[in-house]
Amino acid sequence: MANEPTKPDEMESLHPRSSRRGLWIGIAAVVVVVVILAGGLTTGWFGLGGSTTPNPQTITLNGAGSTFALPVISAWSTQYDTLTGVQINYQGTGSGAGISAIIAKSLDFGATDAPLNSTQHAQNPSLLTIPESLGAVTMAYNVPGVPAHINMTGTIIADIYLRLITNWNDANISAVNPGVTFPNLAILPVHRSDASGTTYCFTNYLSVVNSQWASQIGTAKSVSWPSGEIGAQGNQGVAAVVQGQHGAIGYVELAYSLQNNLAYAKVKNAAGSYILPTLNSTAAAATNAAGTLPAGNADWSHVSIVNATGADSYPIATFTYLLVFQELNVYPGGVMIHARAQALVSFLSWAVHDGQSTAATLQYVPLPSAVVTGDVASIQSITFNGQSLSA
Amino acid sequence: MAFPLRRGARRVRTNPTASSLGDVLFRLGSGAAGVVLLVVLGLMVLVLVVSGEQSMRTFGLGFLGNNIWDPNTSQFGALPFIFGTLVTSAIALLLGVPISLGIAIFLVELAPAAVRTPLAYVVELLAAIPSVIYGLWGIFVLVPVMSNYVDPALQSTLGFLPIFQGAIYGYGLLTAGVILAIMIIPTVAAISRDALLAVPQSQREAALSLGATRWESTRMAVLTYARSGIFGAVMLGFGRAAGETIAVTMVIGNANEIPRGFSLLAPAQTLSSLIATNIREAFGLQASALIELALVLLLVTLIINVFARVMVWRVFGERGETA
Repeated sequence: MANEPTKPDEMESLHPRSSRRGLWIGIAAVVVVVVILAGGLTTGWFGLGGSTTPNPQTITLNGAGSTFALPVISAWSTQYDTLTGVQINYQGTGSGAGISAIIAKSLDFGATDAPLNSTQHAQNPSLLTIPESLGAVTMAYNVPGVPAHINMTGTIIADIYLRLITNWNDANISAVNPGVTFPNLAILPVHRSDASGTTYCFTNYLSVVNSQWASQIGTAKSVSWPSGEIGAQGNQGVAAVVQGQHGAIGYVELAYSLQNNLAYAKVKNAAGSYILPTLNSTAAAATNAAGTLPAGNADWSHVSIVNATGADSYPIATFTYLLVFQELNVYPGGVMIHARAQALVSFLSWAVHDGQSTAATLQYVPLPSAVVTGDVASIQSITFNGQSLSA
Repeated sequence: MAFPLRRGARRVRTNPTASSLGDVLFRLGSGAAGVVLLVVLGLMVLVLVVSGEQSMRTFGLGFLGNNIWDPNTSQFGALPFIFGTLVTSAIALLLGVPISLGIAIFLVELAPAAVRTPLAYVVELLAAIPSVIYGLWGIFVLVPVMSNYVDPALQSTLGFLPIFQGAIYGYGLLTAGVILAIMIIPTVAAISRDALLAVPQSQREAALSLGATRWESTRMAVLTYARSGIFGAVMLGFGRAAGETIAVTMVIGNANEIPRGFSLLAPAQTLSSLIATNIREAFGLQASALIELALVLLLVTLIINVFARVMVWRVFGERGETA
């Protein structure tokens, strides 16, 4: 028994090389793991060294929807947690998914770029529509030798996307840009390949200013585009195509045009002036529409601030909305308690007031005060078990 | 000497009950694993059929032949996307398989031992690159190269063919096919290499002893012997090409149509790319139509696999599987 060879020795003598190699690989793996863990510790991956004891009383408000609103709501979430300890968990699932989820009562609030349509509103009359921030859609282009902000009209944009104008040296474009020489360069129209609120706003504008567009293409988050155009995913995708291809034109949110240093056009508004998209000119469009906005619990499906009146209004602009139940005791299983309802109302109130300055730093257009007034009225109408909550 | 041997032998003999119980467990366990695969596939098809039912009832078989995809008027057809998937996969195989086979043959038959292992590692490393990286590389490197050099060159030399006519975008079927070719090379090359490695040395020796050159021995003795494995590699490559989503989305141009004159230079769309870009915001009939597209993708892959296998049997079958 005593002289019986032990197992490890047997293996060593049979496979000396592989065993030694295995040893080295093992040591290397341990070293790598230790280095990563050490790095993680020093950079605070594991949240050590801070006060991370979870507070059992912590309220987490769940929201989801618009990807356009994701950056600003994420920033709000961080700020609001620091200020009040209430956590906001927001998922950028897309506007449509946000609408379905709030209707299914699986969220505290939804966010969407396009308002509920009439059918959705009729089926859910207790959902409040609260404008939360503003966006401008810019016409970005890549034409060598042409200034950074050429003039465009709604008709020209529609004709470009209908493939009726196909070259940058087209007489219609030169006519509104005196003094600018356009190259003989094919126009490459770029659109969103995913369904998006940006497309909704853009097609809404073209439908308003161009009857052929209205009848042939229409207004929607995704439409059937004419032949020979390029689709790209997300604002970032459209911006990347425009940046890379001479002759390209695309519609992207203002923030993406600025971040990517794209040239973008001044667009002729309802008053006949060519307006550059800026935070101010977009706010002007919303201000001029503020007087006509419906009550929070009314039908918002017809609301649109494209081609707004006012000499300074940029014509391709849109609201994004938060969707909240007016009476909060509608959730099954008693998940909505008074404290949670109060936290939700306080957050909404904070978002339309203090939150707007955060929006501006992220190049979202802050809501004009006339719109905030309407929002406050809607937020104050929110009740829990019939009792109003302090906003 | 005798002592350990006897002990070892006894260990085998003394546990007949235990080992037969182990065998039963082993058989059941691995059988269950096999069944799980079938159940998962079955459930997937079931879910796709149930969720796609609304679209199937609305459009019937016409769904497959319809050219229009218009969410605004709720008209949905699969034809442009079936076309896009088949064409991009075909380009990928056409460009990718010869290169992959070249790599595999070089690694197994020709490369000096010092080069063999590092090169094999590099090939396997390529397979581990996430597809979004290929997509980004596609946008920033491949698309400009295609639109500035490759597409114009093709148009000026082969422009008499309708498939190379029309406007040059950079984004399109050909660019997507090239990206896919690069993406399937590691898979096809690695599996072909394994197939070639499995060819017995005696095959090569026999061919060489009959006076065959290196090329003749590779072609007749090695490739013929390994063809079934190589075929499997090509089919896996096709599966990856047909199912690849992100990289294709980023370079194909996402135009929901069959390009005029079937131009390879024009933007188009594949099944998986359309599903991925649209499913998040799709509801009702459109969501159902997208799910039916997933079913179509499954069927297209299945049909191509069966068709290709039958073809291989037809061509090689009579000459004997033993080769």
